Amino acid sequence: MSTDNTTEIESVELDCEGLLCPLPVYKAALVLDKLESGARLRLITTDPGALQDIPAMTRQRGDTLVSADDEGGRQLFVIEKGTRR
Amino acid sequence: MTAVPIHAETHAEEPAERRKRLAMVASKGTLDQAYPPLILASTAVSLGWEAGIYFTFYGLDILHAERFDRLKVASLANPAGPIQLPNILGAVPGATAAATKVMRKWMSDARMPTVPEFIDMCQELGVRFFACATTMGVMGVSQQDLIPGADIAGAAAFLDYAADADVSLFV
Repeated sequence: MSTDNTTEIESVELDCEGLLCPLPVYKAALVLDKLESGARLRLITTDPGALQDIPAMTRQRGDTLVSADDEGGRQLFVIEKGTRR
Repeated sequence: MTAVPIHAETHAEEPAERRKRLAMVASKGTLDQAYPPLILASTAVSLGWEAGIYFTFYGLDILHAERFDRLKVASLANPAGPIQLPNILGAVPGATAAATKVMRKWMSDARMPTVPEFIDMCQELGVRFFACATTMGVMGVSQQDLIPGADIAGAAAFLDYAADADVSLFV
């Protein structure tokens, strides 16, 4: 267990398995809009377009794509909310 | 005479960070052609952009409260449609309904929202809906016939909006 005084990063998960464009981006945006700057979203997708769409989304929104993993057509993206409202 | 408020946007100060803008024209009123502008607009606002759609001619049906949930797919002269029929059969009564039924099933099987659901999604994130005033006049459509939140506007108002757009599309 951590004993330092740093505030724990808020992290939420969103499962968009089985959903096609534009739903993963749309649903991720609804969650990201409510997060504080620096908080993280773990986004799960199976849309083959997501590998291009999610990096494009974070670029356009000013959020940070911390990591992107693809295993067997299932993707996990970790997104850090940027400073834009 | 009653004073009409001047649109606030005219005098609005430039925001600190200008948002990108998508301006689209939706001119077609078939089920298949209703989706692209709604998908692009809901995506644009998800990216933090502004988005507005100008619904004109048959596209106005997408804002029509009694028609937007019963848009159809043409079975005639639509070689890429959901049912592949020679035109002579595409004209048979019931063929349009059959093509529409197939596309609706495709959409629901893929868990895609319906047109009314997409309209809600767009409005939730602030997509502007412009209803073409001339189409309304020509086709006898009144404000009460349209879904709430549709702004009646002419070409000048849309071009004024589109002049500041980064992406402009005609569907």
